[in-house]
Amino acid sequence: MASTAFDTHLEGPHGAHGGHHHPSLQHQFDSLEQQKESSTLGMWMFLVTEIMFFGALFTAYVIYRSLFHGVFATASHHLDVTLGAINTAVLIGSSLTMALSIRAAQLNRRKTIVLFLLLTILLGGTFLGIKSVEYGHKFHDHLVPGPHFAPEDPAIQAVADKAQVFFSLYFIMTGIHALHMIIGIGLLTWLAIASWRGRFDSTYYTPLECTGLYWHFVDIVWIFLFPLLYLIGAHAR
Amino acid sequence: MNTSATAESIVASPETGFERPNYLNAEYGLRSWLLTRDHKRIAILYLISVSAFFALGGLFAMLIRLELLTPEGDLMQPDTYNRVFTMHGVIMVFFFLIPAIPAVLGNFLVPIMIGARDLAFPRLNLASWYIYTLGGLFVLWAMVNGGVDTGWTFYTPYSTSFSNTHVVATALGVFITGFSTIFTGLNFVVTIHRMRAPGMTWFRLPLFIWSHYATSLIILLGTPVIAITLLLVAAERVLHLGIFDPRLGGDPVLFQHLFWFYSHPAVYIMILPSMGVISELVAAFSRKRVFGYKVVAFASIAIAVLGFLVWGHHMFVTGQSIYAATVFSVISMLVAIPSAVKVFNWTATLYEGSVSLQTPMLYALGFIGLFTLGGLTGTMVATLGIDVHLHDTYFIVAHFHYVMVGGTIMGYLGGLHYWWPKMTGRLYPAFLSRLSALLVFVGFNLTFFPQFILGYLGMPRRYWSYPEEFQVFNVLSSAGASVLGVGFILPLCYFIWSMRYGKRSGDNPWGAVGLEWDTPSPPPTENFYTVPVVTHGPYEYNTQEVHARTSHPEARVG
Repeated sequence: MASTAFDTHLEGPHGAHGGHHHPSLQHQFDSLEQQKESSTLGMWMFLVTEIMFFGALFTAYVIYRSLFHGVFATASHHLDVTLGAINTAVLIGSSLTMALSIRAAQLNRRKTIVLFLLLTILLGGTFLGIKSVEYGHKFHDHLVPGPHFAPEDPAIQAVADKAQVFFSLYFIMTGIHALHMIIGIGLLTWLAIASWRGRFDSTYYTPLECTGLYWHFVDIVWIFLFPLLYLIGAHAR
Repeated sequence: MNTSATAESIVASPETGFERPNYLNAEYGLRSWLLTRDHKRIAILYLISVSAFFALGGLFAMLIRLELLTPEGDLMQPDTYNRVFTMHGVIMVFFFLIPAIPAVLGNFLVPIMIGARDLAFPRLNLASWYIYTLGGLFVLWAMVNGGVDTGWTFYTPYSTSFSNTHVVATALGVFITGFSTIFTGLNFVVTIHRMRAPGMTWFRLPLFIWSHYATSLIILLGTPVIAITLLLVAAERVLHLGIFDPRLGGDPVLFQHLFWFYSHPAVYIMILPSMGVISELVAAFSRKRVFGYKVVAFASIAIAVLGFLVWGHHMFVTGQSIYAATVFSVISMLVAIPSAVKVFNWTATLYEGSVSLQTPMLYALGFIGLFTLGGLTGTMVATLGIDVHLHDTYFIVAHFHYVMVGGTIMGYLGGLHYWWPKMTGRLYPAFLSRLSALLVFVGFNLTFFPQFILGYLGMPRRYWSYPEEFQVFNVLSSAGASVLGVGFILPLCYFIWSMRYGKRSGDNPWGAVGLEWDTPSPPPTENFYTVPVVTHGPYEYNTQEVHARTSHPEARVG
């Protein structure tokens, strides 16, 4: 079915470059270039929806922070700035290795693509590991909102209700961010396997590019989350 | 826009029973449908599931109208009534009105109208149908296990702290279905940008495409917000996070802001595709170019943009700042301008046209009538002072049914009747279909016009009993709902009948122009035998001898 469709189109005005068509070219597209442009535009559109998705959370954050400014600064002291800073560096590093894997594809270096993808996965995994240590501390300190919220710090106890709003935002925002990281690592694993099998080279590396866009987006979300959640009380310390 | 020589060399003939290869007979078996990546087949899958949800939502509507036949609450308990109107709203809004036109007609027609073989991401398209089905299963599960009683708006803190019904399952169902809408919108934007046939410039695009483009932008910008909002509601119920909880200092009004930031533009997700359908129908059955093509195209974009700036008009009595309310009120009235532009331009298209009152045209004219009434009452309730009086009354119920339901259903049914021969290659009975258009129009007005009066007299929405003075109007409304029901069942019957027994339609039974009519009915899997080259605008009825291009000029419906 699909093949007859394609054969018919070989005779059409777009058949010029269809003589030996690329194995990765899908039937609805006329050329690899059109396919690549479509895929990247699609990824950008998806990122627009992601911006709106996180945007609602950032809106909630901005409103509550302006309402309960002091409480947010106090509660922010209970986040681990050192671990957060290390994670920021780890994530920026992973964006670099992601970009380098695309570069390797453009240069037709198959093993280098795989190497950089694995490094990206490793850094992403490191981020999640550190994040889970941080979450563990919060559970231990009873800073998780809900019926078991019982902070020892009297400064927090005094404003326990509103501090829960802060920690609710903290967990939901970093939690959804972490979920995006997990999905990203899944995609990277699939890419690493496909790259090892020689699926990508300088003529076709669109999945690498699109996953790269996604990975950088997740990185940028963290770049906003880190100062907004961890650093707001810094000057008041 | 030339059909290829190959198309004419293999012409279907009803006598021999020979059928040209098309998307329907390309493959057989359930598997070939469930794993298809053909946008036309996915449109048919959507047609079936959307119709099923419409029937289900209609069933709940019937229960509501039955209960309201008498002033006493005698058919069901108030708790049951709450669940019935909630399920009616959730199913109709999220599983019928929003996907109906884009996922069925849009899916089928967007690639064909721009001269592409398929949407840009066929697999994503199929995934969107499965995701829609999955979301639907969540809601069905909730329904079977007792339903939800929050109203389709899920207002906090009732939904987060007090309701003992299946809020989480329903919210997750809506959350999941949101992704199917996003995938469809994303596919349309990329397809319209990157897959147009040679010569298909932006201003040669049919207005159907323009309105689907505007719709897709709203989908992309709005749907993620409702997704995260409902996720927060679910998280608050399950994990006791405190984003909207007033006991912790959270603000339930924030929920309303986030909810309406999506749910108001969602009204335009429903109405804009319908407007696109109406533009096509009015042009085709007036034999004229759409008056002021560019203005109509940009009006769609203007509605999409303004639609994002008016959500506060749902919250005039929610303790919103008076200054914010004033601004929202003014911008809401501005939406009337592009909407009125469209209505006037359709009317101007009719002027001196060769108007033929075929079934699709009857639906289109019905749309213009219902939409005008809905739109005018819209400016009424956008007025701050009037809204304070009318808020949460049946006036609002009548208003949004006129716009959302009247608008979407007239466009959806009109479009289905217009493109049915294209989708199936068959004609349906002319008399019955005209009767259905008439029944829907009359039934709709009989159902909802009395509700304007009820609301103005002060009957609040969402109550299962009411004072006796209101009974006359409620009986009228319930009677109208029965007429409406017949009007919906008729097309269901003759459409199914026509698939097997309907007369063959020929490629272009209406003598219409547009790329979709330049390819066989039903179209082949790859849509066109050769890539079409576009040399002129979409509605060249004046300059071209249309009837000469029609394959079966005598095969006029009715």
